[in-house]
Amino acid sequence: MRYHPFTLPFSIGLGFIMLYIIVMWTIWIVRLSRREQKIVWKRLFSFRTISAIWESIREGLLHRNIFKRNVLLGYMHMSLAFGWFMLIVLGNLEARLYPHGVINPPYYPIFFEFFRHDLTPLHEYEEIFTFLMDFFLLMVISGVSLAFFKRFRSRTLGMKRTTRHILIDRIAITALWFIFPLRLFAESVTAGLYNTGHFFTNFIGQWVIYNLPLDYLYYPAWWAYSIALGVFFITMPFSRYMHIPAEILLIFLRKYGVKEKESHSTFTKIELSACSRCGICIDACQLSTSLNISDTQPAYFIRDLRYSQPNERLRETCMMCMRCLEACPVGIEITRIRENERREHPLFSASSYGYINGYKYPKAKVAYFAGCMGHLTPSVIKSTLALFDAANVDYTFIDKNGSICCGRPLQMNGQVEAAKQLIDKNNHLIGESGAEVLVTSCPICAREFATSYHLAIPVLHHSQFLLELTQQKRLNFNQSGLKVTYHDPCELSRGLHITSEPRELLQHAVILSNGSKETESKSLCCGGSLGITNISMAERNKIATDTLNEIVAESSSYLATACPMCRKTFANAQDKIKVLDIAEILEKNLNFAPEKVSEKNQSPIKQQAVIS
Amino acid sequence: MKKVAVIGGGVTGLEAASQLAQMGYTVTVFEKNSAAGGHVSKWDRLFPNRRHSIEVVNELKSYLNGNPAIYLSTAINKVTKKDNRFQLEAYNQVFEADAVLIATGFELFPAERKEEYGYGIYDNVITSAELEGMFKENGYPVKRNGDKPKRLAFIHCVGSRDEKVKRPYCSKVCCVTAVKQAIEVKEAIPEAEIFCLYMDLRMFGPGYEDLYKEAQQKGINFIRGRLSEASELEGSRVLIKTEDTLSSKPLKMSVDMVVLMVGMSPAQGTDELIAALGLQPNKDGFVEITDYHLNPVKTKVDGVFAAGACTGPNNITDSINAARSAAVEIHKYLNNK
Amino acid sequence: MIDFGFAPMEVSVHNMDTADLSLAHWINLHDETFNHCIACGSCAATCTAGQFTNFSFREVCHAIRRGEIKSAIDESEKCMLCGKCTLVCPRNVNTRNIIMLIRKANLTFRP
Repeated sequence: MRYHPFTLPFSIGLGFIMLYIIVMWTIWIVRLSRREQKIVWKRLFSFRTISAIWESIREGLLHRNIFKRNVLLGYMHMSLAFGWFMLIVLGNLEARLYPHGVINPPYYPIFFEFFRHDLTPLHEYEEIFTFLMDFFLLMVISGVSLAFFKRFRSRTLGMKRTTRHILIDRIAITALWFIFPLRLFAESVTAGLYNTGHFFTNFIGQWVIYNLPLDYLYYPAWWAYSIALGVFFITMPFSRYMHIPAEILLIFLRKYGVKEKESHSTFTKIELSACSRCGICIDACQLSTSLNISDTQPAYFIRDLRYSQPNERLRETCMMCMRCLEACPVGIEITRIRENERREHPLFSASSYGYINGYKYPKAKVAYFAGCMGHLTPSVIKSTLALFDAANVDYTFIDKNGSICCGRPLQMNGQVEAAKQLIDKNNHLIGESGAEVLVTSCPICAREFATSYHLAIPVLHHSQFLLELTQQKRLNFNQSGLKVTYHDPCELSRGLHITSEPRELLQHAVILSNGSKETESKSLCCGGSLGITNISMAERNKIATDTLNEIVAESSSYLATACPMCRKTFANAQDKIKVLDIAEILEKNLNFAPEKVSEKNQSPIKQQAVIS
Repeated sequence: MKKVAVIGGGVTGLEAASQLAQMGYTVTVFEKNSAAGGHVSKWDRLFPNRRHSIEVVNELKSYLNGNPAIYLSTAINKVTKKDNRFQLEAYNQVFEADAVLIATGFELFPAERKEEYGYGIYDNVITSAELEGMFKENGYPVKRNGDKPKRLAFIHCVGSRDEKVKRPYCSKVCCVTAVKQAIEVKEAIPEAEIFCLYMDLRMFGPGYEDLYKEAQQKGINFIRGRLSEASELEGSRVLIKTEDTLSSKPLKMSVDMVVLMVGMSPAQGTDELIAALGLQPNKDGFVEITDYHLNPVKTKVDGVFAAGACTGPNNITDSINAARSAAVEIHKYLNNK
Repeated sequence: MIDFGFAPMEVSVHNMDTADLSLAHWINLHDETFNHCIACGSCAATCTAGQFTNFSFREVCHAIRRGEIKSAIDESEKCMLCGKCTLVCPRNVNTRNIIMLIRKANLTFRP
């Protein structure tokens, strides 16, 4: 017997989902831009494909990124994905080994335990296969149990909050959860009747449920299992589980170099579908951990964008700090998508800033740009310039008389057309100044200059420039022995990946001590973010104090940071610990070799530096 | 004889102590600094009539003739209450009292918290307290290099009415102090150009408005706008930026000296003291008073009273009034016990 | 109509009986810090845009409170959203949020 009507629900579901996936993949690939299609074809037969296959296994099946976050949570995802995958693969292999041939209907390996007891036993392999099938079923069941447990005690799995799901997801997840217990039940009943299982199903069939009327339960059990599978497959394209096929395609396309553009594209659609709403982004978000705003995170934003349109609150309630981006196990370009979504709602026109036309920056060799926020922290400017002087840098403070905003705040809020005006103007003026290098102490400006401007000169954050000077022995510092906690600004660490330079610099003058693992690419936001407008100052202060409580080591005398806005936000929020920029700390510990001092021409700033 | 402990030997503490001693109580004043007189002893002359502050302080100190007694350099670090008696501990010494008056006063706002004003960064940005010191020492202000400033700006509300530094309240006395100091600078350096950057001029006391008018007559300039940021120019001059809100135009000017009118902040250490007495600070960090109208020296705990600037920004007149009112309330309390 | 080359001028008085305060109410509904302003001018003084042109956040808000909606909305577009004002405001007025609200009002409130 190789057919039974109970296999129909499964077969219909499988047919539907396979067709759906093929159609969607085709539509997505066809709708990629010409350029994207070209690079995909060009790179299809390259090492990238192998790398993508490996990543699909690593992330799609083994879930390494989630393991890194929490072992139990990783195991839960891995056991479901990898366990199920192994059941399918092994089931297929097993079914093919029997003498009836290798061509089977698709449902046959899935329900093989149902059909197997009719077949002549295959002594060489049967033992090992029944053992493995039981083993992986046990693995999946353990994963389902953990998933069920997570509903009630998510903290044990490292999640403070989990995603609140919509109806279709609830149906799909219920079907999914039922699949494996029902499979276990059906196979155990079969094992109880025919002794076809191994340690797990035989044990349950012959010891646990042997009192039940197994004869009567036999068909209903297989029917139920098949229906659960069918329901899951039918709901899959409309639920979070579309992420399974979408993620595989995403991994491949990403490897070939396809990425988010300046506005939503077909690739965005694939990314949206690849979000499993696992909810890891919710805990990563400080709006949730500090302010209890737990309904605007990417899990929800991307869901609403996938189905229709996220509302204004959802779109705007985000600090753009990129912590979710860092935490996302699928690697969806969340921040970019949100920025692009904000772009769909322009509030400032392209003609907003005609008034800046007459402005000019002075001529410069090394141009120092303090930026808007920099002007609110005069001691940072003073210290930075004192260090430049000490190293005999021929610099010009180009925005001494006022800066034109770099455009980043507008851009973060989706006002691209307006930002472009400021960018063009600054771009032109900086070019006109004749500068050979642009140094800024503001990571917000630095990121904008580096990514949105087309400057022909290098753009350096002051930490990079000062480190260069130190390495050239143009700056010397005394080791003060003080302990200092360094806070990584979002735009510097996640935005520009500058995390080692400030640390290396600081270590010349102080001893670094961190009270938290939330550093470098995982660093916490100060709360001052320019990417959000709809939270109050009290809420910003709450984020700032929470961050300080988390990161500052008890032994630290100061908090060092490298962003004028972080510095100001932390300083405004509390008066327990003094917050200083790296330049201020370095200037305090500047060591002047005596002959060097006499070499310098004496400007007022230099004299002060000598005195201090 | 019943005993009263007065914590704080500023104008409030001294006045209350003398009144209570005259009523026949044994009074002990505990002052954490090495001299009595508090902040007032550091000022040169007082508004509104520019009387020398030393006169006021000396008169108050003259009452210290054994009863009231004063312990200088004595910070109370522990207080316990047992059966309506208080035990105050300082340096392992224990003092007993039937009633306690908190008169711990205030602390000046640390001006470096308003970093964008450049205090501690630029040479010629000083506080109003430092200006008083200069008056006391030289009779006129001096720049870091020893010269007399020719152009000065007084910045009102530094550490007052400012939620950014967690001081949302008005410190009351800075407006009139600024006007007083402006007049004094003008008298000492007649050619000096003086500007006051204010938001509202809160001239609430008798003679204050007259002082304001006198300043106007003497040519002091008033600009309605809060300082946003200062930067240093060549020669240690300071460039200040504000909005002239009356003409809705940004305004900038360079001056030789900037005087920051620092507000009153809760005194450090008062927190622990009042916590030991079972009291909480009010939302601004000062000692909480339970009846602002009919008994403005009463606290939540029986036998514990508070007067003067420890309850919120106060001028000398109000502090003296509060001290006397506290004396009466303590007398009533001790008699009804 | 005969064109005399001149017309009666709009009375230069704030007539609070007829002033259109709908935008002021709407903004306050979405951000109550709108009404917390004490007109100190810190925002305008520190303003990056204000260095180059006649732009004052304080004045824009004031105009809205006096019913001068159109000019306020037009003015608000000069803002660069740089955020300096938010960092200096002594009353913690959520300045950038209010600018965004005014810009949104441009789409709905414009008389």
